[in-house]
Amino acid sequence: MPDNNDRVPPGEGKPRREKLIPLSPKERMAIERQDMPEQEAEERRGNFSEVPFGYDDDLAQLEAKRCLECPSAPCIAGCPVGIDIPRFVAHVALADYAEAARTLKEASSLAAICGRVCPQEEQCEAVCVRGKTGEPVAIGRLERFVADWEREHPVDDPEPLPPTGKKVAIIGSGPSGLTAAGDLARKGHKVVIHEALHEPGGVLMYGIPEFRLPKSIVRSEIEAVKRLGADVEVNAVAGRLFTIPELLEEEGFDAVYIATGAGLPVFLNLPGENLIGVFSANEYLTRANLMSAWTYPYTDTPIIQSDRVAVIGAGNTAMDAARTALRLGADHVAIVYRRSRAEMPARIEEIEHAEQEGVEMRLLTNPIEYLGDEDGRLVGLRCVRMELGEPDSSGRRRPIPIEGSEHVYECDTAIVAVGTRPNPLIQSTTPDLLFDKWGRVMIDPETRHTASEGVFAGGDIVSGAATVIAAMGDGKSAARHIHAYLEGELDTAAIIQSIRDRTEE
Amino acid sequence: MSHMHEIKAKSMLADGIVRLDVECPKIARKRKAGQFVIVRAAEGAERIPLTICDADAEAGTIALIIQAVGSSSKRLCDLDEGESISDIAGPLGLPTRLDEVDGLCVCVGGGLGTAPLYPIAQALHEQGVELVSILGARSSELIILRDEFEAISDQLLIATDDGSEGHKGFVSEVLAQVIEERETAACVAIGPVLMMKACAEVTRPSGIPTIVSLNPIMVDGTGMCGGCRVSVGGDTKFACVDGPEFDGHEVDFDGLAQRLRTYQVASKHECRLPREQLPH
Repeated sequence: MPDNNDRVPPGEGKPRREKLIPLSPKERMAIERQDMPEQEAEERRGNFSEVPFGYDDDLAQLEAKRCLECPSAPCIAGCPVGIDIPRFVAHVALADYAEAARTLKEASSLAAICGRVCPQEEQCEAVCVRGKTGEPVAIGRLERFVADWEREHPVDDPEPLPPTGKKVAIIGSGPSGLTAAGDLARKGHKVVIHEALHEPGGVLMYGIPEFRLPKSIVRSEIEAVKRLGADVEVNAVAGRLFTIPELLEEEGFDAVYIATGAGLPVFLNLPGENLIGVFSANEYLTRANLMSAWTYPYTDTPIIQSDRVAVIGAGNTAMDAARTALRLGADHVAIVYRRSRAEMPARIEEIEHAEQEGVEMRLLTNPIEYLGDEDGRLVGLRCVRMELGEPDSSGRRRPIPIEGSEHVYECDTAIVAVGTRPNPLIQSTTPDLLFDKWGRVMIDPETRHTASEGVFAGGDIVSGAATVIAAMGDGKSAARHIHAYLEGELDTAAIIQSIRDRTEE
Repeated sequence: MSHMHEIKAKSMLADGIVRLDVECPKIARKRKAGQFVIVRAAEGAERIPLTICDADAEAGTIALIIQAVGSSSKRLCDLDEGESISDIAGPLGLPTRLDEVDGLCVCVGGGLGTAPLYPIAQALHEQGVELVSILGARSSELIILRDEFEAISDQLLIATDDGSEGHKGFVSEVLAQVIEERETAACVAIGPVLMMKACAEVTRPSGIPTIVSLNPIMVDGTGMCGGCRVSVGGDTKFACVDGPEFDGHEVDFDGLAQRLRTYQVASKHECRLPREQLPH
């Protein structure tokens, strides 16, 4: 999670706001939360089109009128990038979508993405005052509505400040890098984003499926960041084509932001993991998403045609993989997870969508071996049933195997979605940086500065594996402190020393 | 969005095997022996790993040797001089560790494996290592880089399946002969999985260090997909970041061969939607 210091305190520096929506609290309270129309489960599991259709004008305005415009506005502090939520919502209620869009843009370069993939139920909507006595305002759906409207009716980008003559290199073009790039470009700094793959977007392109986040939307959000003045270099692999010291010493960059994510897939190291039909979720989803393998043979990259699929893990990535497998024509897809429903890390909405589409939840089930035939093809997953014991170090109840409960789930495809680790390419080529024992870059949490002068870091390379919006919050915070650094307002010597001291503890 | 990479020279090395010298100045400067690039010919093409076979830092070009086997490699082979490749990422993988060779080194190349073998042999030659090179193919006209190897090897031996040149049979059989006759310090063997396995078995009894270079299924080439995982000495390694070169005596070649057959034995998904319904 981003540091709380970075959130914009509600109302600070602004005169006490007037309520914009001409409705009494009672009238507002009388409106119920509006559902977002979506494709029927039976239909959507046969295509890759986006599941929800989004609000129309009437639904959006009605939903927006539910906002009480409460003076405390806890939703703003609940947003990792500090969007002035009551203001944008009020403008939706007033049908002034352009002003709503401008309000979003003040804080976020990627609203169409956040409106789709943020866990609002844990953030802005979790603290919404209306949620105390009923359902919170559907802030995420409204954000999506405004961002989608804006794509069709572009409002002017805020004018970037005059060039400062400073150059910042961003490594990684995922949500964190894009956010930092947008904010720094607005400040007048020259920004160059370095992306290892052939297309920018990071996890937004390779990880999140088309039916949850259409790639055309990601591309248009990236174009918006480019319009602010950021350049994107693709096929630029940090630690191979260039190193961070080279960027600073030879290529004239004044600061670097590392936002390379946690890209290395974790495997279970069970017998049979190299059988044909066992994939990391990263590989499966990268084929399907970045490489558009679901359109094979219109495109060249193949993906397996499965009949029965086991997806191991229960996070959002696991749900994405399971739902992708269904759309690719699998007869049966099961999530195999060793804990219970309560511990599943995926968003509730994602779990519900998966279940509606027919994904089976084989909970309290732990895989112990992949079984293959004489051709080396996967034919099943040997599993054992679990029960929950005492809480472990993560605070979740520890699963314990039940004796004699071994059984086989027949499947021709297994997709391992149990997490990722940071990529070691940067670590091995940047001597000053310090890393923790999990390979994460160590930073000063306040400024996001690392142990290497002028180098900042954020997103999953620092946090392990978190959410798109947390990565964006990091990017926003980093941009602010990189700007301060470029203005000569950061005491990096003290920061570097404090990080070094931490490693000696 | 990406810088296009112009093809400066194209030559046919053998039937279906093409050499492209491609504009790629930064990689040409940076690359070291043993490294590879991921190439995407054009929009919609697969990302395929190709060894950087040679590089000219001054001209800013790298040499790629490609055999048309699938639709994406065919697309590359069909490109002409003056046309461009959309995406080239690299240099990827760890460079060859050369300092360990003290004495005679036998370089064994099978089929297209001769291409990735060349930069390693060249680097060894530049270090003054004595080289015996063994090149093999189905038949004589399919031997590639013959002149190049001739120029850097103290002895060049050929093996062909059909006996049209040199030894009739496998390169591993020639390798067995060489190490029996000559004190051998190291071996580098690159080619089809079965060939590398056979060579590793030939050198195993005498404990001659044997480097192999693997070319498994790969998508991104930066450690992200795990498609290139291979068991080496019982540990799972990623060929793209931990390799592509490994100790031939430790590699699980059977597992590697098995995974390479993924898209041959498993059926591939085929899109049933009309083309106009696809998003762009």
